[in-house]
Amino acid sequence: MRHGAQIPTKYRARVERPEWAPLGIDLDRPSAARVYDFYLGGFHNFAADREMGRQAIQMWPELPEIMRSNRGFLRRAVEFLVHAGVRQFLDLGSGIPTVGNVHEVAQRFAPDTRVMYVDNDPVAVEHSLAILAGDDRTSVVQADMRDPDTVLGNPAVRSHLDLSRPIAVLMVAVLHFVPDEDDPAGLVARFRDEMPAGSYLALSHATTGERADRAAEHRGLYQRTATPMTMRSREQIERLFDGWELVEPGLVYLPQWRPEPGTPAMDRPERMPGLAGVGRKP
Amino acid sequence: MTGGRWDGPARDELARAWAEALQGTSFVALGRRELRQLTRRLADTVAAAADDPAVDVAGAGEQIGQALVDAHFTDSDALDRTVALLSQRVVGTADDPRLPALPGAVAAGYTRSLLGVVLAEQEQIRLAALHARDRARAALQASEARFRAVFTDAAVGIGIGDVAGNILDANPALVNMLGYPLEQFRQRTVAEFLHPDDAASMWDDYRDLVEGRRDSLRSEKRFFRADGATIWTQLTVSLIRGPGGEPRFQAAIIEDVTDRHRLTERLAYEATHDPLTDLANRSLFLSRLARALADPTPGARVGLCLLDLDSFKVINDSLGHTVGDRLLTAVADRLTAAVTGSGTGGLVARLGGDEFVVLTRHTDPEELDELARAVLASVAVPVTIDGYQLAVTASIGAVDAPAGDSTPADLIRAADITLQQAKAEGSGRVVFHDPDRNATQLTLYTLAATLPGALDRGEFTVLYQPLVRLADGGLQGVEALLRWQHPRFGTLGPDRFIALAEQTGAILPLGRWILAEACRTAAAYRDALPGLLLSVNIAVRQLQHPGLVEDVTRALSDSGLSPDRLQLEVTEHAVMTADPAGPPAVLRKLAELGVRIAIDDFGTGYSNLAYLRRLPVHELKLAGVFLDNLRDPRQADPADLHLVSTLIRLAHGLDLTVTAEAVETAAQARCLREFGADTAQGWHFGRPTTLDRIAAARWPAAEPEAS
Repeated sequence: MRHGAQIPTKYRARVERPEWAPLGIDLDRPSAARVYDFYLGGFHNFAADREMGRQAIQMWPELPEIMRSNRGFLRRAVEFLVHAGVRQFLDLGSGIPTVGNVHEVAQRFAPDTRVMYVDNDPVAVEHSLAILAGDDRTSVVQADMRDPDTVLGNPAVRSHLDLSRPIAVLMVAVLHFVPDEDDPAGLVARFRDEMPAGSYLALSHATTGERADRAAEHRGLYQRTATPMTMRSREQIERLFDGWELVEPGLVYLPQWRPEPGTPAMDRPERMPGLAGVGRKP
Repeated sequence: MTGGRWDGPARDELARAWAEALQGTSFVALGRRELRQLTRRLADTVAAAADDPAVDVAGAGEQIGQALVDAHFTDSDALDRTVALLSQRVVGTADDPRLPALPGAVAAGYTRSLLGVVLAEQEQIRLAALHARDRARAALQASEARFRAVFTDAAVGIGIGDVAGNILDANPALVNMLGYPLEQFRQRTVAEFLHPDDAASMWDDYRDLVEGRRDSLRSEKRFFRADGATIWTQLTVSLIRGPGGEPRFQAAIIEDVTDRHRLTERLAYEATHDPLTDLANRSLFLSRLARALADPTPGARVGLCLLDLDSFKVINDSLGHTVGDRLLTAVADRLTAAVTGSGTGGLVARLGGDEFVVLTRHTDPEELDELARAVLASVAVPVTIDGYQLAVTASIGAVDAPAGDSTPADLIRAADITLQQAKAEGSGRVVFHDPDRNATQLTLYTLAATLPGALDRGEFTVLYQPLVRLADGGLQGVEALLRWQHPRFGTLGPDRFIALAEQTGAILPLGRWILAEACRTAAAYRDALPGLLLSVNIAVRQLQHPGLVEDVTRALSDSGLSPDRLQLEVTEHAVMTADPAGPPAVLRKLAELGVRIAIDDFGTGYSNLAYLRRLPVHELKLAGVFLDNLRDPRQADPADLHLVSTLIRLAHGLDLTVTAEAVETAAQARCLREFGADTAQGWHFGRPTTLDRIAAARWPAAEPEAS
């Protein structure tokens, strides 16, 4: 045996933390899920989360509006998908299901809709479990979407969803927390390959847009969380839809995606630096 | 107020304005339609309270505030705008004294509700965090228990230490493997497990690991057990870092590979040793030789003693292989003892059969010679095997060379050639390699190999050296001399290949060829060089060959050269040693053809003039050695001068003419002329050249009767 032979990174990582050992619960560190709840006016958050949320809003006053836009897209996308006949949802990076979450929106139109929430934040998952107690059409599991096999192979996921029937995969405001080295396009493709034809992907993603300066600061802020942020260009986000057919109106700014009738056209929608789209697997 | 102020259109207007005001105040998931439904309900409540004095305004306000919170309008802007809207559109437009209390009641209801939501949600999230923490702890405990099971039940040894090297824990397998109780492990440090044979690089890697510059290391490592025995292990050490990446602990996994190691060693030993004698085999010898020759130390030397038993085959064939094998084993033991006793640290190897070799380093030629003799002496002591007392001797070819100068193949070849020389010189000898001798042998070998085809390839030419009359300096004749235009060694004179041609028999066709070639050429110059005598050398083998007379006859007849113009030179030695029925008879037959016979190199053999008298000889050629003494006649020994003059007179007395060979100076020529020698040849008179050039030279005209 050679002296000084390096053990491959794959195994080295396990020496530091076995994959079955859970992440620590550190409430002094902001969590993306709880900060999001704070943006949405919820109180499922702690001082560290609110502190970070306030700093971000100070830096970027439109942020609550952006979050509301994103929330609006999620609601409209779910409505669209339910009306398109989808009865199964896989919400990746679901966070804390505050009001108007996927199962509420979907089940208002189609009560038999099944929703599977997936998040890697143990507190968010624990909270979801409490909220969803008694609702057997909605379930939650702690898993990391960056490892599609642990999500798709999870017995809770496989028993809750029927993988032979169309599923809507939601990756709403979540892929910008996946850095390039974790191959976001590859993991979207992995989910796509597992889904039957007729399934959908609803995706929104932070883009640098015209406010690259503030985007950088915002990204810097997220570096302190357990979930650093990677903004991407329109081309990069379009590539995430490889193998999906984008439905009308394609990949657009958040407020432009199928706005409700009667909503006044938004002035300079590029102020909302997030792109959204829904694709169908042919 | 019958019919009411707050009829349908007014309510609609209030609901619309309210929705407008609330739009954008919070992050609700309500669509526009749902928002309008909500504000419509709120407007109905307001209308009911405003129109009906029986309705409790405080209660209605409370209800509205709560509805707003329930619909997740949790931002205070929603309350602000609602209060403003109600003050403006409801309170300000009527003088009902109850209504001014409405905004305050809404605010109170909103606040109470919001406080309830805040507390509930905080409670929820805190519980979630606690549960998550419990779950994490439980998972950690489960993982810890799994680890503990792996640790305890593993077949490999596992040890945990801190980065200072203190051993914190060892599993039962490790305790068994090294034989220390766990308590003793915990009192020890990693450094105490150092073994003198550890690779230095392993400890360098270890330092890098505990200081965080690497995450793992693997090494083969020996350990001392508590009982002092050594075990071989395969060691893997991994670094365990803290949350900030700082080195915290080390985990060592130790697998006992002693058995595997012994097997590997055994196989390696068998691959490099001779099973009969247990000596190093050829393969080990070759690798050690290559290593010795690659020694970059200035002045490093490599010595080889290649040894071969004399007459081993006889013993093997007559007494059987068993005795032969036991003899080889005995010889191997003696070689080992002799080399050990020499203190040279030499390697003894058996190359195969009865061939052994001793490889030494750092020995000078004297020490190598001493070693070789000691080895021979040790082999020569008789050995008793199965009642046979066997006295064997050996021959040794020894080579001493500086490292870096030769390749293993060169050195082995040199030793081999030297061993063959030693055997050729007789048994029980040591011969030291002599590079010059070796080179000569190599050249001879090449020449012998290329000689047979050389004639066919047209590589031979004939040159002619003038034979000059001493009396008048006129040209008496020429001696034909062979030249070999060797493709590798260039032009070679007869001294380089005639002896070889004699040994190999190639002299016969070669002699026949020069005879014919020279006769043909001389005949062709009959007119240009009238009366020219052609002198051609005849070798011993030719003289013994029955076809010689016929060859001469044919050469003469083919060329048309007159027999009296041809002189054949034979050595005294050839004539004297030959069978009496052989050469003298041949000489007579040749003389009968009319050909002259000359005795070449006279004075180097028996110089038996009495014997020559009985032979049909016409001329003596005095060997060059006599001429050396005449190089400077003024300083010459008078006895030498006398010897030469006497020889010439005696020859003349026997009716023999005398030719002096190898005349190089005018003084020699003058001296010979005074002594009465007839002709002379040598560099003083002309080097061997073509007949063309000789014919072109000016020679004094021949005097009558001067032969």
